[in-house]
Amino acid sequence: MTKKKKMLTGADIFFESLREEGVEKVFGYPGGATIKIYEKLYDIDFLEHILTRHEQGATHAADGYARVTGKVGVVLVTSGPGATNTVTGIANAYLDSIPMVIFTGQVPTSLIGNDAFQEADIVGITRPITKHNFIVRDVKELASTIKKAFYIASTGRPGPVLIDMPKDMIAAECEYEYPEKVEIRGYKPTVKGHKNQIKKAAKMIREAKRPLLYVGGGVVMSNASKELTEFAHKNNIPVTNTLLGLGTFPGTDPQFLGMLGMHGTYYANQAVNNCDVLIAVGARFDDRVTGTTETFAADAYKIHIDIDPSVIDKNVLVDLPIVGDAKGILEELLKELSDKPSQKDWWTQIEGWKKDCPLEYKRPDDQLRTQYVIERISEKTNGDAIVVSDVGQHQMWVAQYYKFNHPRSHVSSGGLGTMGFSVPAAVGVAFANLNRPIVSISGDGGFQMNMQELITAFYHNLPIKFFIMNNCFLGMVRQWQELFHEKKYSFTDLCDSNPIFTNIGTALGIESFSIYKPEDVDDILDKVFAINDRPVLVEFKVSKEDLVFPMVPAGSSISDMIHKRLKPKGDIL
Amino acid sequence: MKHTISVLVENTFGAFDRVATMFSARGFNIHSISIGETEQSDISRMTIVTSGDKQVIDQIVKQLNRLLDTIKVTELTGRAITERELALITVTFQKGSLEEIKNITDVFRGKIVDINNKSLMIEVTGPPRKIDAIINVLMPFGIKEMARSGTVALSRGEQIRPKNEYKK
Ligand SMILES: Cc1ncc(C[n+]2csc(CCOP(=O)(O)OP(=O)(O)O)c2C)c(N)n1
Repeated sequence: MTKKKKMLTGADIFFESLREEGVEKVFGYPGGATIKIYEKLYDIDFLEHILTRHEQGATHAADGYARVTGKVGVVLVTSGPGATNTVTGIANAYLDSIPMVIFTGQVPTSLIGNDAFQEADIVGITRPITKHNFIVRDVKELASTIKKAFYIASTGRPGPVLIDMPKDMIAAECEYEYPEKVEIRGYKPTVKGHKNQIKKAAKMIREAKRPLLYVGGGVVMSNASKELTEFAHKNNIPVTNTLLGLGTFPGTDPQFLGMLGMHGTYYANQAVNNCDVLIAVGARFDDRVTGTTETFAADAYKIHIDIDPSVIDKNVLVDLPIVGDAKGILEELLKELSDKPSQKDWWTQIEGWKKDCPLEYKRPDDQLRTQYVIERISEKTNGDAIVVSDVGQHQMWVAQYYKFNHPRSHVSSGGLGTMGFSVPAAVGVAFANLNRPIVSISGDGGFQMNMQELITAFYHNLPIKFFIMNNCFLGMVRQWQELFHEKKYSFTDLCDSNPIFTNIGTALGIESFSIYKPEDVDDILDKVFAINDRPVLVEFKVSKEDLVFPMVPAGSSISDMIHKRLKPKGDIL
Repeated sequence: MKHTISVLVENTFGAFDRVATMFSARGFNIHSISIGETEQSDISRMTIVTSGDKQVIDQIVKQLNRLLDTIKVTELTGRAITERELALITVTFQKGSLEEIKNITDVFRGKIVDINNKSLMIEVTGPPRKIDAIINVLMPFGIKEMARSGTVALSRGEQIRPKNEYKK
């Protein structure tokens, strides 16, 4: 059945196409090149446009929205500076495989290449940080380009796709018809895992004495958390998560070993190095996970399940790759494996490691510590909150101490490690309307990178708790300086330059608190978690020179793990 | 070791740049790269000569496949293929050396395509090794300028494997 064709402008086609794709939220910022779209937007009611305060904010918001909903995050910005302001957000989404479509305005086709006012070659700039990108050179291609972009962004290994729209394309008219199908001959993601490979994997797992599941963000993308949990339980296999995998397996489950890698738990890392069969699912053997690759699970038979063939054998050579969607593959594996093995010796060994070196920090303590605050948040929210962390020490402590019970609940910039992610990403999360507590946790450094988005949160009464872990330092860099760079605290001390955070909140109309005593934590948390119709801000003045442990120094093996400060450091301020 | 990879790409805006960007962004070597139309006007063929160990070449092939503009990626090394390159070489000559240069050109089945009283231009085609060889032989006479086309290659009398085959 063919739809009736009508004549529409590029701007109309833009909205009709978004309607076809079921887009409900667009994060954006207007400008000259997109002004015609904004003119139309004035009368559009089937989607909500959210005006952020910066285009970087818009991209992180769309990213946060996409992470918690699984839908494609949509961004709309103008040409030139509007477009270049999205670059960090796009790179962030690219490294974490987040489905997004970014629309940029462009100068009119006739001016392209002339260094016209607000011209930037955004297609050239974003080529290495998008899954794919397009420039629309004929308005007749606009609808099909949008269709392709949403398809590419959301299938296979997801990622950001950019569409550059010259101003004259937005104004031009053509017959509109939304394509029903997409055909891209160079793009055919493998979804179903190879049968024989799955059979082989099942055999190896059945014979394993010390199996281990190493699970990453791919399981989130594939919505395979249920299957993973069932698979781990039925086969009595311990689970360790990457940063982006947290939440795919319940944080309180006895089979859970916590995060692995640089700031992973001792027992997770020991399990990696002592397992005989390693089952990597939706994870990519990133250097923050493996340390030196030579010693990473050196003696294990490695099974690698991933939808992107290029991650197979990229960093670590594996014995058995299974390319495809994790959900389907785990379902198949579940059918192959029926009887629950006991793995008694393996569990005894793991329990031993847990006892030897649990996750710990000094307590009780007169100092307020981020670890403690996170633990309390975890308890108060029952592991049911959506926690949006920024980048740095507090991010690692969130990963270590918050017990995530659900997938799509830990929102964090993993691959790019973008400071300034948390505040705008939390704004995007809030627009998903999931009716769950939303906690944005930043360091004092990262908070200042995108704090303008507090205004967006205030304007829309978004129920976000903005928590600042103020240690007066660029803590994670300070940590490296202390441990590996002769304690030269070069430009990481913010004590004299930090603003009064509560004043910032107050100036923007947000109720703001500041505490510094451990005994005040519960009260303040009770108070702010009772507020559900508007944002609140809390500054936690935490100890200044705390370090994240355990730590495997970059490029080292697990055996080089540092557990605590080697020499007593004297006063901790 | 050098490897030759043949890539069929969409003949669209940016496809070439996407491939070149991928090589530089991921730190892979490019010894030569050539691109031209195929029998189908909407498809171009790129022939890329690169180097690296097995794992690197495997990654290059996978990363090429990952690009949406690539339709088929074929690693040609180790297959029955025909590889050709064209070079234009301008050589200076003195009295007496002209005859020798002409003989060398004949041995390599090259052609003299331009000549004046100081220099002559030689056109030669063949496998890249042959081009290297003639350049070596001509070097002592004084090579004034040179242009090499980069390698083009096709596999002989067998089907090029489809894009997804390596995924098994
Ligand atoms: C945009 C950006 N710039 C610089 C860095 C390098 N960097 C990583 S962690 C860090 C310190 C973060 O300090 P803060 O936000 O106070 O958090 P803390 O580590 O103290 O918890 C820096 C500067 C980064 N990750 N991102």
